[in-house]
Amino acid sequence: MPWLARQLVRLVVVLFCVTLLTYMIVNILPGDVAIVILGNLATPEDIAGLRADLGLDRPMLVRYFDWLGSALSGDLGRSYRNGEPVVQAIVDRLPVSLQLMVMAQVIALGIAIPVALLAARRPGGLFDRISASAAFGFLAMPNFMLGIVLIYLFSVSFDLLPATGFTPVSEGLWDNLESMILPSLTLGLIEWTVLMRVLRSDLLTTLKEDFILLARAKGLPPWRVLLQHALRPSSFTLITILGLNIGGLIGGAVIVEQIFALPGVGRLLLGGIFNRDLILVQGTVAFIAVGFVVINFLVDMLYAVLDPRVRHVRFRS
Amino acid sequence: MSASAAKVAAIAATGPRRRWRWALALPLGWLLLVVFLAITADWIGLPDPSAQELILRRKPPSAEFLLGTDNLGRDMLSRVIYGARTSLIVGICAPILGFLVGGAIGMSAGYFRGKVDTLAVGFIDILLAFPSLVLALTFTAYLGQSLFNVTLALGILSIPAAARVARANTLAWANRDFVLAARTIGASDWRILTREILPNLLPPMFAFWLVAISVIIVAEGALSFLGLGIPAPQPSWGGMIADGREALDVAPYTALIPAAVMFATVLSLNFVGDIVRNMVDPRRSAL
Repeated sequence: MPWLARQLVRLVVVLFCVTLLTYMIVNILPGDVAIVILGNLATPEDIAGLRADLGLDRPMLVRYFDWLGSALSGDLGRSYRNGEPVVQAIVDRLPVSLQLMVMAQVIALGIAIPVALLAARRPGGLFDRISASAAFGFLAMPNFMLGIVLIYLFSVSFDLLPATGFTPVSEGLWDNLESMILPSLTLGLIEWTVLMRVLRSDLLTTLKEDFILLARAKGLPPWRVLLQHALRPSSFTLITILGLNIGGLIGGAVIVEQIFALPGVGRLLLGGIFNRDLILVQGTVAFIAVGFVVINFLVDMLYAVLDPRVRHVRFRS
Repeated sequence: MSASAAKVAAIAATGPRRRWRWALALPLGWLLLVVFLAITADWIGLPDPSAQELILRRKPPSAEFLLGTDNLGRDMLSRVIYGARTSLIVGICAPILGFLVGGAIGMSAGYFRGKVDTLAVGFIDILLAFPSLVLALTFTAYLGQSLFNVTLALGILSIPAAARVARANTLAWANRDFVLAARTIGASDWRILTREILPNLLPPMFAFWLVAISVIIVAEGALSFLGLGIPAPQPSWGGMIADGREALDVAPYTALIPAAVMFATVLSLNFVGDIVRNMVDPRRSAL
């Protein structure tokens, strides 16, 4: 089977297992939905009636395939709490989460690339050692801790930025950015460390190649060698790590949305969990997991497109 | 394990990397202090970490309350120390659970190869396909919040990583001559796995375990911070930071003190873990 077809089959299998696992976690674990909806005072007849209405008396696998069928046609059910369609709830909140993650990545790359270039210029030098220590320190900061410290510094002590709350773009681009700076900094300031370490180590490998020696021998200034010759061939691992880190970023977004009261998908999920809104939790977790798997798949593809060596090795195997 | 630990200590004390000896002192000293206080918390005359005294709420650090009191007038020092106990119980036990299950899966996959390997790798891939915090949230939300359930959920989450480390190392050792020799004299698979391969897996697994502790402590903190981890009033660093957030403008130390303690602990663990990993696997020290 050609490589691409095999990857696609694998993608479908993983997606199937992931949605099944989501469904099982939410449905097998203790806690009867009918009791949650009706409250503790409900009679056994009421509960049995509601269970039949919701279709909960049927076998779990049958219900799973029902759910999967409607999910494929874009229907994840309606929230138990307010009857809002789950897909609509996710679509409404997705832009906030995406903006948060994109801004965090931009900040992380904006710090990581220049720092890695400067550090790789003189490995073992002063800048290299300082940046390595800084990265080590930031890596030890849990995001919920960094978020609180940033609020304390920028909102409480100096009153520069709003502590919590979200302003949509429709009410002004600057106000929107202002409400997103601290949340994205919280994620970006931790993320850059990993990216910097990977890029620096790849740059060091690339700088030992012959074509770098040639570029230097031609008398090109060091920064041109770094930027125009070394950076591109050194960025493949970086791209993979960007993809792999999205899982962490999604988890981070859940926490950060909660700290800064941003109306994103993570906060939707937490609200669903606190309200015992089973359908909402099920839909949101499945959506996040599927999104994560698909993004990783796309990153894998991108990696193969950018680096022909990968494609050929995989073709042969 | 004791042999490898002794080796680690020996390398740290002598050899070309002597400067580590005192670079290690500070993080190691901090970790020992945290462990010591967490173990002896009941016997050093600390006030009850859950006892509320609303008149004494949000008192800044003083001689009477060394680290001040929180929003409900509870002694912060006592809560930080009992919180250390929570973090350590989860941080140490959850990876052990993950390592027992994941290690067995990884070793079987790496040793038997073929169908076992395909199945194991598929299983690992699927567990890794979930953003881990989201999976942990869902587990604890439906299992119910308790110290045991949080440990269980985070233990399950450490299975795939442990399985990967065990599989990669087993693959590397399974083709060595001494394994072939053991097989030639008729040793069973079980004997080869436990007597020949397992001892060689312990050093890298130990190094990985140290890193896993800090990752799990952070994850527990995140769950408790979101209110889905250790149930209140039981103290946990993550929960304390979340409580302190409400009073960030009037009593910032209620959030910043547990944050600083957590940061110091995670930093120390990473530091020690990094050094141990470099000793065990010299290739990684280049990165």
